[in-house]
Amino acid sequence: MKFSRLILANLFRKKARLVLTIGSFAVALFLFALLGVVNDAFSRGADVVSADRLVTINRTSIINTIPLSYRDEILRIPGVKYVTHDNWFGGVYQDPKNFFPQFVIDPENQRQVFPELIVPDDQWNAFLKDRQGTIVGAATMQRFGWKIGDRIPITTTIYGLAGKHFEFNIDGVYHGAKPEDDETQFWFQWEYFKESVPDQLKGQVGWYTIRIANPDDAPRIAKAIDNMYLNSPYETKTETESAFAQGWVKQFGNIKFLIVSIGTVVFFTLLLVTGNTMAISVRERTNELGVLKAIGFSDRAVLGFILGESIVIALAGCVGLLLALVAIPVLGRALAGLLPPLLVTAKTLAYGVIAALVVGFASGILPAYGAMRLSVVNALRRV
Amino acid sequence: MVRVDGSGAAGSLIQVRGLDKTYRRGNEDIDVLQGLNLDVDKGDFVAFMGPSGSGKTTLLNLLGGLDVPTRGTISVAGDEITHMSRDKLTHWRARHVGFIFQMYNLIPVLTAFHNVELPLLLTKLSKAERRKHVETALSIVGLGERMRHYPRELSGGQEQRVAIARAIVADPTFLLCDEPTGDLDRKSADEVMDLVKRLVNEHGKTVLMVTHDPVVARQANTTLHLEKGVLVEAGARQAAVAGGAS
Repeated sequence: MKFSRLILANLFRKKARLVLTIGSFAVALFLFALLGVVNDAFSRGADVVSADRLVTINRTSIINTIPLSYRDEILRIPGVKYVTHDNWFGGVYQDPKNFFPQFVIDPENQRQVFPELIVPDDQWNAFLKDRQGTIVGAATMQRFGWKIGDRIPITTTIYGLAGKHFEFNIDGVYHGAKPEDDETQFWFQWEYFKESVPDQLKGQVGWYTIRIANPDDAPRIAKAIDNMYLNSPYETKTETESAFAQGWVKQFGNIKFLIVSIGTVVFFTLLLVTGNTMAISVRERTNELGVLKAIGFSDRAVLGFILGESIVIALAGCVGLLLALVAIPVLGRALAGLLPPLLVTAKTLAYGVIAALVVGFASGILPAYGAMRLSVVNALRRV
Repeated sequence: MVRVDGSGAAGSLIQVRGLDKTYRRGNEDIDVLQGLNLDVDKGDFVAFMGPSGSGKTTLLNLLGGLDVPTRGTISVAGDEITHMSRDKLTHWRARHVGFIFQMYNLIPVLTAFHNVELPLLLTKLSKAERRKHVETALSIVGLGERMRHYPRELSGGQEQRVAIARAIVADPTFLLCDEPTGDLDRKSADEVMDLVKRLVNEHGKTVLMVTHDPVVARQANTTLHLEKGVLVEAGARQAAVAGGAS
């Protein structure tokens, strides 16, 4: 600690340079946090899914439907506890930019299959009694300033119903059991949907979500379901919810690769910028380093001073992470519905600090090593 | 008593024997010091004079353990420093040598107090003890009131006095001064030399000084001349004065 004054005094030698270098770190770490959060958001689907759930879709594509009659047949497979079905509604609330996902649900089994999405019993019971009822995720409620009892008009764009208006009564709000659970969905009843769609779609659902008794049985049950409908007009593809979520994310492209590439370029540039700054800083005071060595400071101490300076700059740059902590939730609210929830986790912040320390160390080590190896006599000759 | 013929007593504070220093520049070997002998006792004040390139600063660097000789030995207070490792030499310097440079070489971002405190950071002294030592050193050089000032807020003479305080604060065995007045006007130079003499006469310090200035050199008890890498003349101050008068 007794050397901290020397380190800090040297850091503040050129204040503009210090501010700009810390600023570079802060911007890079902010970007790091943002990229990390976006990556988390896209991969979260695979992380937060339950191990005891399977998803069955039409083998051709998720946009092709499958018969409702499969539900009871699937339920008879040993190991299957509950089956629920959903349809994508594809509606627009006021303006297409107000996107949020709307699902036609099976009220009978929804809560058994998705117990982590919690609806108070009184609200759920009101929903069951209301044919036009809807349960809305807390995030979407907050986004549009809705409250229970509001009547919400939605215009659908698919199922040959393009332009048709549906009216919904908000009967309840669901919350996720965990912060990362999706709270943007809008659920409404199968019966209300069924009465409006063309006849050929009345007995068709988008996909099934199946809750099984033992996750170890997932491969067997998935195979049993798909074998059951092999060579039928509606062949199925069943996979774990995790695999389904990963496949969904892949439709957006290789998000992780993109994020890692951008992050790498940013940090490599930061490394060059900071390394150059430290090298200039050391070169400017070669003579002073020679004096320190002459009066008895060891090579290792000089190495420590320079490394200390670059690491202090890196840690000061962590203000970018604090900025991310404040700004990303605001950004997340602005992009609600377009992106999964953006959550700044302790893990992201910890990785940010580690990345800062690594870059701080890497950018300081070469100039520090040069200072360590500096000959006192040569250093003192330089003015 | 200072001797340059290698006949000094075993108890000399500084004992140099057969000192050679050769630099290689391109394909050429340049012999800077050749077979130099020197004995300096505790409390001596020695000035080294000589033309540029005669090896004065090289000799000072070797005596201060900043550089290593090509051949020969240097012993200080019984420690043979020529074969010490780089690390050990660094520790030895911290304990035994106080450096005073021509350009003062203060750290510009530290106050006078913290510049003087630097050598004490290498000791086990507590913060309060360090403060006491620094205040004492700055009061010796007459800058007790300027300890919170940065080097840029001090005159050249004051900066050099702060550098002297830094050199003496850890109570080293001897002081090495490389042109201590070379960057000062006459008045400031006189003040600095008065201070150096006080350190010798009142505090018993041993001082070895390189200078170009005969006026400054005359302040020393002994002046030695370096020419072509060897000490060719030695004499007590009185002898030098007498020689100058004749």
